[in-house]
Amino acid sequence: MSEQTSEKDITEMNFEEALEELKQIVTRLEKGEGRLDEAIDAYERGARLKAHCELKLREAQAKIEKIGMGPDGTPQTEPLDQN
Amino acid sequence: MSDSRSTRPTAPQAELQGNLPEFSVSEISGAIKRTLEGAFERVRIRGEISGFKRAASGHLYMTLKDADAVIDAVCWRGLAGRLTLKPEDGMDVVATGRITSYPARSKYQLVIESLELAGEGALLKLLEERRRKLAGEGLFEAERKRALPYLPQVIGVVTSPTGSVIRDILHRLSERFPRHVLVWPVLVQGEGAAEQVVRAIEGFNALEPGGPVPRPDVLIVARGGGSLEDLWAFNEEIVVRAAAASQIPLISAVGHETDTTLIDYASDRRAPTPTAAAEIAVPVRAELVSITLDLERRLLGAAHRWTDERRQRVEGLARGLPDPRRLLGEKQQQLDDRAERLDVAVRGRVSGLTADLREYAGRLPHPRQQQRFAAQSLGAVGERLEPAFRAFLTERSYTLQRMALTPPRQELKQGQQALGHLSERLAPAAERRAADAAAQLDSVGRLLETLSYKATLERGYAVVRGDDAIVTRAEQVTVGQELEIEFADGRVPVASGAGGESPAGNGPSGASSGKGSSGANSKAKDRGTLGKGETGSGEVRQGRLL
Repeated sequence: MSEQTSEKDITEMNFEEALEELKQIVTRLEKGEGRLDEAIDAYERGARLKAHCELKLREAQAKIEKIGMGPDGTPQTEPLDQN
Repeated sequence: MSDSRSTRPTAPQAELQGNLPEFSVSEISGAIKRTLEGAFERVRIRGEISGFKRAASGHLYMTLKDADAVIDAVCWRGLAGRLTLKPEDGMDVVATGRITSYPARSKYQLVIESLELAGEGALLKLLEERRRKLAGEGLFEAERKRALPYLPQVIGVVTSPTGSVIRDILHRLSERFPRHVLVWPVLVQGEGAAEQVVRAIEGFNALEPGGPVPRPDVLIVARGGGSLEDLWAFNEEIVVRAAAASQIPLISAVGHETDTTLIDYASDRRAPTPTAAAEIAVPVRAELVSITLDLERRLLGAAHRWTDERRQRVEGLARGLPDPRRLLGEKQQQLDDRAERLDVAVRGRVSGLTADLREYAGRLPHPRQQQRFAAQSLGAVGERLEPAFRAFLTERSYTLQRMALTPPRQELKQGQQALGHLSERLAPAAERRAADAAAQLDSVGRLLETLSYKATLERGYAVVRGDDAIVTRAEQVTVGQELEIEFADGRVPVASGAGGESPAGNGPSGASSGKGSSGANSKAKDRGTLGKGETGSGEVRQGRLL
């Protein structure tokens, strides 16, 4: 993952980006390399990425809507009758 | 036909006009209509469409033809919307319907109830031609395909709001990862289906991000299985173009796995079924949760291991460090030891020096004693001074007497003797020197003689002089000039005759020129060994004259 992405604010990341960076941090830490301050930073970032991933996973709420046309011809949503 | 005959109306004049009954036009037209409709109530006719037109009323008019015949055909508005095929001129179709007549125009025609392309082959041919054309425009290029989002927040579904397709999709989505789904309801077959699908795709793309209706991250265009004709809307060019132009990544899921429609080529991903589309659209949440938990566990574990490893390393290194107290103790002991030794050494040295001092001090004489010694020494020397002086004087007076009484007789005698010897040796030595000098002189004289021009004169040369100078060139001689010729034995005065201008032949001693030339040569040679001398130079000049 590039520098630019690693600098990216976690809250703006999508699930996949956050998961990918978390994987890389874990892999790096598991190699046991790096300096102490780097390792601490990596761990903290990893923990935040993990929390972000969990947040994204908690957002799993089904919401089913149907597009209808408003009186002015613009699309609007209405509940979908699923029967 | 027997039915028709049996229903034929019987006219009153029939008996009078033979067997032929009489019809009004309307009657016969109605009879024909009934006959046609009865006989061709439901037929399938294959032919090529020509003269197709859609009337303002919504009815469709066309002609079906083959090589030898034509038949008019009409599709009423109510049925036109349900046709699976959009009629076009040139299309080879099979029309299903009934034959009827239009009495007002004395025409019969086919009323079309359904229309399909003539045979699978023809339909596939049309499909292939269209596919090739669109592919030629680059609509199916792999570079156009957009990547699907890994976990879309909002999923837009373009399909029929009723039926199994939307249920399958929603069901599979909720199983895997419940999401916000927006369904854009469309007809999926028949008249207007293609247009509705296009409007739905474009409508989703037109939604602004952050607007009242959320813009989907991915689209699914779906329809259940059916015949090639049923799926035809998804082969329509406008649908294919809309799918290709969609900015939102689009998954197509039309028909069953074996059905391939043109939208599948233009979509970013083809799903074999609507259910598969849902699987492609979202990952399985439970798996992601598990992956995330696993990563969390690994993160913690790695962090612990990381710090543990380093702690162990630090501890290991710390063990390698010697105990500072022990180090200090050793050094302290060393210090104590040295301090003690220093003390002993200093004491020893001081006492040694003290002893020395005491010894030297003991040996040091007192100044008064030294004075006494000095006085004693002085007295002794003083006593010896006078006798010594007297003895000196006595000695000198003796020496003086001796020197005054002894004459230099001896030296004189010796000098006389030496003088005698030298006088005896003087006369012979002088003689010898004189004889030597005479001999040397003689020898040099002889040498001089041999080198003198006079010897040359002996050999026949002569020296010419004029005005006391030696004449070496004929041109120096004027007529009548007095010259003097020197021979070996003397000089003879002569006078120059006339015609002395030519240097050769008219010279005073022209007769001897041949000899002279050889003489000059020998002179030149002699001169080389003779060295330089006035005489030599003169002779050379003379030789040249000759």
